[in-house]
Amino acid sequence: MEKFHSFDDIQKSLENRETDCKAIVDYYLQNIQTKAHLNAFVEVYRDSALEQAAKVDEKLISGKAGKLAGLVIGIKDVLVYKDHEANASSKILKGFRSQFTATAIQRLIDEDAIIIGRLNCDEFGMGSSNENSAHGKVLNAADESRVPGGSSGGSAVAVQANLCTVSLGTDTGGSVRQPAAFTGLVGIKPTYSRVSRWGLIAYASSFDTIGVFSRNVRDNALVMEIMAGADNFDSTASKKPVPNYSELLHFDKRAKIAFFTETIESEALQPEIKANTLAVLEKLKQEGHQIEEVHFPLLKYTLPTYYILTTAEASSNLSRFDGVKYGYRSPNAHNLESMYKLTRTEGFGEEVKRRIMLGTFVLSASYYDAYFTKAQKVRRLIKDFTEELLNKFDYIIMPTTPSTAFKFGEHSNDPVAMYLEDLFTVQASVSGVPALSLPNGTDKNGLPIGIQIMANSFKEAELYAFGNYLMELHNN
Amino acid sequence: MNLDPILGTSIIVLPDMISAEIKNKYELVIGLEVHAQLLTKSKMYTSDSTEYGNLPNTHISVLTLGHPGTLPKVNMKAVEFAIKMGLACESDITRNNIFARKNYFYPDLPKGYQITQDKNPICVGGHVPITLPNGTKRSVALTRIHMEEDAGKSMHLAGEVDTLVDFNRAGVPLIEIVSEPDMRSSDEAYAYLVEIKKLVRYLDICDGNMEEGSLRCDANISVMLKGAAEYGKKVEVKNMNSFRNVSRAIEHEFERQIELAEQGKEIISETRTFDATTGTTASMRTKEDLNDYRYFPEPDLSPVIVSEEWLESVRAAMPPLPRELFHKFVHEYGLPEYDAGVLTDSKEIALYFEDLCAHTQNFKAASNWMMGPVKSYLNELTLHISDFPVKANSLAELISIIDEGKVSFSVASQNIYPELLKGTDKSPLEIAQELNLIQESDESSLKPIVETVLAENVGKVEEYRSGKKGLMGMFMGQVMKKSQGKADPKVATKLLTELLEN
Repeated sequence: MEKFHSFDDIQKSLENRETDCKAIVDYYLQNIQTKAHLNAFVEVYRDSALEQAAKVDEKLISGKAGKLAGLVIGIKDVLVYKDHEANASSKILKGFRSQFTATAIQRLIDEDAIIIGRLNCDEFGMGSSNENSAHGKVLNAADESRVPGGSSGGSAVAVQANLCTVSLGTDTGGSVRQPAAFTGLVGIKPTYSRVSRWGLIAYASSFDTIGVFSRNVRDNALVMEIMAGADNFDSTASKKPVPNYSELLHFDKRAKIAFFTETIESEALQPEIKANTLAVLEKLKQEGHQIEEVHFPLLKYTLPTYYILTTAEASSNLSRFDGVKYGYRSPNAHNLESMYKLTRTEGFGEEVKRRIMLGTFVLSASYYDAYFTKAQKVRRLIKDFTEELLNKFDYIIMPTTPSTAFKFGEHSNDPVAMYLEDLFTVQASVSGVPALSLPNGTDKNGLPIGIQIMANSFKEAELYAFGNYLMELHNN
Repeated sequence: MNLDPILGTSIIVLPDMISAEIKNKYELVIGLEVHAQLLTKSKMYTSDSTEYGNLPNTHISVLTLGHPGTLPKVNMKAVEFAIKMGLACESDITRNNIFARKNYFYPDLPKGYQITQDKNPICVGGHVPITLPNGTKRSVALTRIHMEEDAGKSMHLAGEVDTLVDFNRAGVPLIEIVSEPDMRSSDEAYAYLVEIKKLVRYLDICDGNMEEGSLRCDANISVMLKGAAEYGKKVEVKNMNSFRNVSRAIEHEFERQIELAEQGKEIISETRTFDATTGTTASMRTKEDLNDYRYFPEPDLSPVIVSEEWLESVRAAMPPLPRELFHKFVHEYGLPEYDAGVLTDSKEIALYFEDLCAHTQNFKAASNWMMGPVKSYLNELTLHISDFPVKANSLAELISIIDEGKVSFSVASQNIYPELLKGTDKSPLEIAQELNLIQESDESSLKPIVETVLAENVGKVEEYRSGKKGLMGMFMGQVMKKSQGKADPKVATKLLTELLEN
């Protein structure tokens, strides 16, 4: 029996003095223990969470509590938290403790959120199934023989199985939206630069964003509005003011919505997902919104563009893990060169090494123009196309993923099949625009289906409001 | 022909055996890359201190160490310093500055890449005017100046197997000043370095100390037959820790490369290291094993925009440049080029001289004082002009009381100047009065002294009058002695001549 379904429930219980933060934390700690086999948590911060709960309870009594008092949050193992370990689910960061806290996390703590632990994920955020983790795989609570999606699989399952109220993930090419779809949650990838990346262990710097998993749109919007905004520690973070998304959820306009022939007619698309997506579009049409089918001829270039550019950046971002300063150093090394080679060979997993190799290749002098330069140009085309389209339309709607959650090992021997999981999510990542994944029914096996909405850059308020409207429409 | 007993090929002839005639067939082509460590308080992309000489790993943070999750932030002071250098060299200043990553593995490079600039450096083009020892002037063209960060230092302790790394220097801001292959002799390269050092010191952006490594130079050297259309293959020489060693390395390379060319051997495009003990260069790595640095735009930094307002404010705050002061000293003050050169050698001397000239119109006398008594005092005590105890207005007054005939130069330099050096509050005139050194230039008071001297030396007067004009010096000496050095030599000479000739 679920005691708290969302932060709304928690806030009501706290207001009515039916519960306190300590009880809430105890409740989640109990759930974590019961569901330990899902392997969502890498580390549970039992003591510090209870300590923080006691502090917040005092604040609640004295009426000084912040906006997130009572919110219990789990963080993906690529976000750093002072004096706590951060491994990016990699052996190479074994034992590494961070000396500072990510801006996004600090802002949540400042509003009295309680951090309950860190969550499993694909190594350095590279993967779509959470099978590439030094901490082992994470099970999908909807069907434990299936993957939760990735790379933020632990973050998704933690909310799905009610192990915390909301969780933070990171989304570079779909790593929040795809697992949100696989677990039936609300997941957002905000506009690139909307949330400071200070404290986010980089995978691909020009794509990385911090996103949120939640049960409903309001919780998601509330956490986002607190994390977002300018940050002195990240010169690339946008200085645009942040609206209070959670207070702007009312939606009463007639929207102009586009969908792509290329996605809805994609051969890779599971029939039930296609049907559910078309059903939503039909319903919206009936409600008086303008729905238009549009061609997106660049769709087939989005994945190659994404993989060329992200692996290029990753190959450089991951150079710092060399055994010199922190983390794992191979005990078998006998000189400088072998220290580098053995440390990195033993410390990184297969997928990470594959991407480092690919990235090093596309940046190498002989192939630079053929791959990196060309991919940069195509990125510009995709971004321009997407932004122009979103000037004409309020939203683009498409399925979040081509399929529902797949079985463990299903794509393990075929990296390209695994990369296809990101087919629909990478457009927003390549373009930098925000995208929201919402639950959209289930398939014949009862597995969650996700629907994705994209809006123009910095239109998170509009995205959340429409998302909230769509959820209500769905439930009525 | 000398044959190598093993290989059967000709033995390499020692460089000094190349005849002037052969050398004369070739042209030397030099381009220099100078790294200047900027005098900012904090590092290029972090707030860690740049202070030199502290205990290892005391000026470090999670940023300097490249901890996961950290992001760089551009030090705007360093950008301003780079702009200053660009303005001083008349380069074009890039408005939209994008940084780039240069990727390579080395223990002293914490992130595994250096944040630098690749395709759009902050300064493009420009030139540096140089003066050769024979007085010839020319301008050396610049390719670019870009900003980057320094690496840490690896240390290999004697007897230890492990290498230690000190990251204090990691992230210290540098500018790299890259010249065109525009120099044709080691003299030109030397003069160019002297000028660069002078410029960075005038601009107060780098202390210019090559021995301590705050100024570092790599030389790209090639040779070609005179009149050839294409440059020869270039060799990069590193590890020269003084201007003189840059010069020596260039001379050595010139001869080594001619040598190879004369023997019909290929000159390999490679990096060589200079050995100061032998004065020779040795191969470090060839082009084949050169790193592929995989430059790409730094996604962790937003571009730094140089606005018109910012550029103008930097321009407005520019100190006078050596060439501007040189021009002023020659054309406004009418000084010889030699004087102007010496006086503009250091900014502080030049500015003191400027101060001095604000208080006197006798520029040549001012220059003579600077190059003579002032410099010798500073040299003797190895002091800096900022420690010089005599204020410019005081020195100017000393010059003016000489010009007014109140004291002679020798009294001024031997009696008054030493008093001023003691750091007195008294003016030179007050000192002269107190020490009773005011020159006697009143004819009526000097005449009795002259008459007495002549009366005491009747015999000599006779000799003088019969043609022994050389005795004039002796009479002057006597007059000076009797007047205790205060007699104005001009007036005394006039009186002596009048009385002796009549």
